Amino acid sequence: MAELYTSYIPFFAVAISLLAVPFILLSSRKRNLREFWTIIASLGKFGLVLSLLPDALAHRVAQVELLQISPGIGLALRADPLGVFFALIASGLWVFTSFYSIGYMRGLAEHKQTRYFASFAVCLSATMGIAFSANILTFLTFYEMLTLATYPLVIHKETPEAISAGRKYLLYTLSAGVLLIGATAWTYNVAGSLDFRAGGLLNDVSLPAGTATGLFILFLCGVGVKAAIMPLHSWLPTAMAAPTPVSALLHAVAVVKAGVFGVMRVVGFVFGPNVMIAFGLNDLLGILAGLTIVVASLLALREDNLKRRLAYSTVGHLSYIVLGAALLSPSGFTGGLMHIATHATMKITLFFCAGAIYVNVHKENISELDGIGKAMPWTMGAFTVGAIGLAGVPPVNGFVSKWFLGAGTLESGNVGALLILLVSGLLNAGYFFPIIHKAFFKNSTRFEKYGEASKLMVLPLVATAILSVLFGLWPNLFLRLYDLSTSIAMSVLGGTAR
Amino acid sequence: MIEHLPILIPLTLLMGALLTPLAGALRRSFAYPAALVSILAACGLSFLGLHQVLVRGTMRYHLGGWVPPIGIEYVLDPLASFMTVVILTVGALVFVHSRDVVQNELPEKMVPFFSVSLLLLTGFCGIVLTGDLFNLYVFLEISSLAAYALIAVGEKPSPVAAFRYLLVGTIGASFFLLGLGFLYMITGSLNIADVADILPSVVSEPPVVVGLVLIVTGLAIKMALFPMHGWLPDAYTYAPSAGSALIAPIGTKIGAYVLIRILFYLFDPNYSRLQLPLTSIVIWLSIAGILFGSIMAMAQKELKRMLAYSSVAQIGYIGLGIGLANPLGLVGAVLHTLNHAFMKGGLFLVVGNLRTRLGHSTIPLFDQTLRKAMPWTMASYSLMALSMVGIPPTAGFFSKWYLVLAAIEDSNWTAVGMILLSSLLTAVYFFRVLERVYVRNSSSTGESGEGMNPRETMPSDVESMEVNASMLVPTLVIGGGLVVLGLLNTVIVTEVLMRVIPPGL
Repeated sequence: MAELYTSYIPFFAVAISLLAVPFILLSSRKRNLREFWTIIASLGKFGLVLSLLPDALAHRVAQVELLQISPGIGLALRADPLGVFFALIASGLWVFTSFYSIGYMRGLAEHKQTRYFASFAVCLSATMGIAFSANILTFLTFYEMLTLATYPLVIHKETPEAISAGRKYLLYTLSAGVLLIGATAWTYNVAGSLDFRAGGLLNDVSLPAGTATGLFILFLCGVGVKAAIMPLHSWLPTAMAAPTPVSALLHAVAVVKAGVFGVMRVVGFVFGPNVMIAFGLNDLLGILAGLTIVVASLLALREDNLKRRLAYSTVGHLSYIVLGAALLSPSGFTGGLMHIATHATMKITLFFCAGAIYVNVHKENISELDGIGKAMPWTMGAFTVGAIGLAGVPPVNGFVSKWFLGAGTLESGNVGALLILLVSGLLNAGYFFPIIHKAFFKNSTRFEKYGEASKLMVLPLVATAILSVLFGLWPNLFLRLYDLSTSIAMSVLGGTAR
Repeated sequence: MIEHLPILIPLTLLMGALLTPLAGALRRSFAYPAALVSILAACGLSFLGLHQVLVRGTMRYHLGGWVPPIGIEYVLDPLASFMTVVILTVGALVFVHSRDVVQNELPEKMVPFFSVSLLLLTGFCGIVLTGDLFNLYVFLEISSLAAYALIAVGEKPSPVAAFRYLLVGTIGASFFLLGLGFLYMITGSLNIADVADILPSVVSEPPVVVGLVLIVTGLAIKMALFPMHGWLPDAYTYAPSAGSALIAPIGTKIGAYVLIRILFYLFDPNYSRLQLPLTSIVIWLSIAGILFGSIMAMAQKELKRMLAYSSVAQIGYIGLGIGLANPLGLVGAVLHTLNHAFMKGGLFLVVGNLRTRLGHSTIPLFDQTLRKAMPWTMASYSLMALSMVGIPPTAGFFSKWYLVLAAIEDSNWTAVGMILLSSLLTAVYFFRVLERVYVRNSSSTGESGEGMNPRETMPSDVESMEVNASMLVPTLVIGGGLVVLGLLNTVIVTEVLMRVIPPGL
């Protein structure tokens, strides 16, 4: 039903930050010029993605095949609604992160900033590539590129801790990539095609149960590492050794969301609802997601390091999205998609806050933050907004996605999933509210001589907090994310009644 | 002239091998240009040959006008023309690169080195182009003798390594010759096309079976298929840098090429697959080789030795593709021949660069200063490492991709698992080096990092030690070429490799 037309805009959206890399490298000695390229690239990227939005909403899909990378399989980009949805979020938040990064890196006088900004730009290209991939092989290419481009960012500090975190990260993600290669080849063998198709490219293929389950597990391991589905999650808390903007954009938005985006693609566009239900794969996925949500929230409770607590919270919230996909009901799928966006704005706010605190007062542990709210009211205010949003309190946007997810559980008659959502909301409150309490209601003279962090950091974090509230009140504001989500859910689930 | 192409390619090289010492005798500085001109000419001819084959189809050349099966025939078919292009392109890049390396490592032996190198390439091209089994054996010996000589001029332990290679290689060649004898006994012919015609009617005769088994055993030794790889690590490690850069990328592939010829062209492909369990033996040996080579490579301290063990693993990929004996497997094997020739050639060029500038290539001595001192060499190394691991869109990914597809088609899940696992193992041993060069702080390796500030330990005044253009350009060409080869692999596969698949497969 979607109308395809050839356009190079998806390609430009991928390439623009890659093009900026040589400029960033060449101007490594002039830091203002170097950061100028990053800002230009991020704004340009967002603009390009934005220009694809009207067509995606009108079911006109821009696509371009750059070349054939294997006989019959092209390196092809396609701006379908799901791709545009993810690209909008990632590229939009890159703009905020770019400004914030400058403040953060300069605030700490970090070393090797050129490598940092260059790797960041490559990461964003890879993320756009993942969003717009038209087939699994293209997806795989960009997925591996993202893995490698993130590595220099994880080890940025080059402390032994960071280096071992980098090794762990590579071990997990490269293993996942390898399994994904196997899954891709196997899919090609059984289906003869690798093109993503709403409703599932395996939908018309008759699969033996063993093949379907085996393939699904391979895919799940492949994308599940980046989506941090337990027990594949343990790289993520370790990777918090990276600088905070990296944690903010990559480990709350780009990398992990590439994982859950992959889950969405696999569920909706490779297997499709019919195959998922026929082999009970949705139950498998749902159980894993449910377990992850609860266990990650419990683990978050006992972390004292702020970033690690946020990391476990991320693990839990990623599985909300996976759960939404596993429900295979229109509201559930919509809710899962919405949660990609809402969790992104909220969690990036929280990470920005953690970074601002670290740069300003050099504290990382929650137990040391008594009374910080008086010194940094804007930062902690934004933190509060993000935290109550993640707990699912209106009017922050976390409520919206959770509402749809809840409706989705009822649509598919899955009371267990609903219970998990409710319990997890409480647990979220349990691990976030003590931080807010310490910040504002405990008295301490420790931070009397400190003020707010630099404007380059505070403005982005306040902006993302405001965005979270605005999207909570009007989910369709500016980007029409709600319309996109429902149209994606309809295209995937259109043929099934559940 | 075009019809003489099949013979012109090896002849140019042979003439070069003879003219180089003459030019060197006239004046020593003439030797290198003479050698370079002949390999560039031969390389150009090989591309012309590939083009002609793609346009006009297979070319056959009767040496001295004698009609086969009496006379010797040279055949330029898609597989042969593809292989000559691979051999001579890598050879030409190594030649461009090796002037300074040889000057540095073997200042007295410049003239013989290039002369023998050309002889080695003559042997390789002869093996590929000849349509006659005995002639093939002769070229096999020419290339082997040249290889022994090239290895023996290296480091101190190199004569022992060369002698070991000589013993094992001679045994392999004898097996091959013995097998030929058995085939000749039954068929009465040595021309490949002729024997292939006769074989179907006599294929169940015991001597044919014995002959084939002997030939495959001999070739397995020549291509260093596990567990017949024992000669390889020492030979590659102790050979002079330029020598290993020439032998490592191509030497073992020639064995694989002959194996393809014998199993799929001389015999009916289904014979060795269905009637004899030969191909499945090749598969299992290859799988074992992939695992063994990767694990051994992880344990090496010397970069060259690591690369040598990595070659044992990589030849396993090619063996696997051959053993699977389906079209995708063959495409994967031949494509990996090309990719691995470039990757391994490039990596040995990097070793040459390091040895020229640092005087060693010991991994534990690498540190962050290298990144500043030789940025382009190390960048090329990174690209080659990514390709070896098989990260898309570099070339190395795609040969693995076809091999995985082939293994799945064959439902050989062990092979699938091994290809995937070995990617990870490869990642381990290549990133080990990358981490030292790009991340590890030079002075404080292994010590506690408490309070350590990377900015202070990073020497900022490292002077550039980058090699000069004649060495750097070939390294960069291969590094960048791996991405280009990866992106263009479909063109290679559909235009060339699809025509390579023999009719019976």
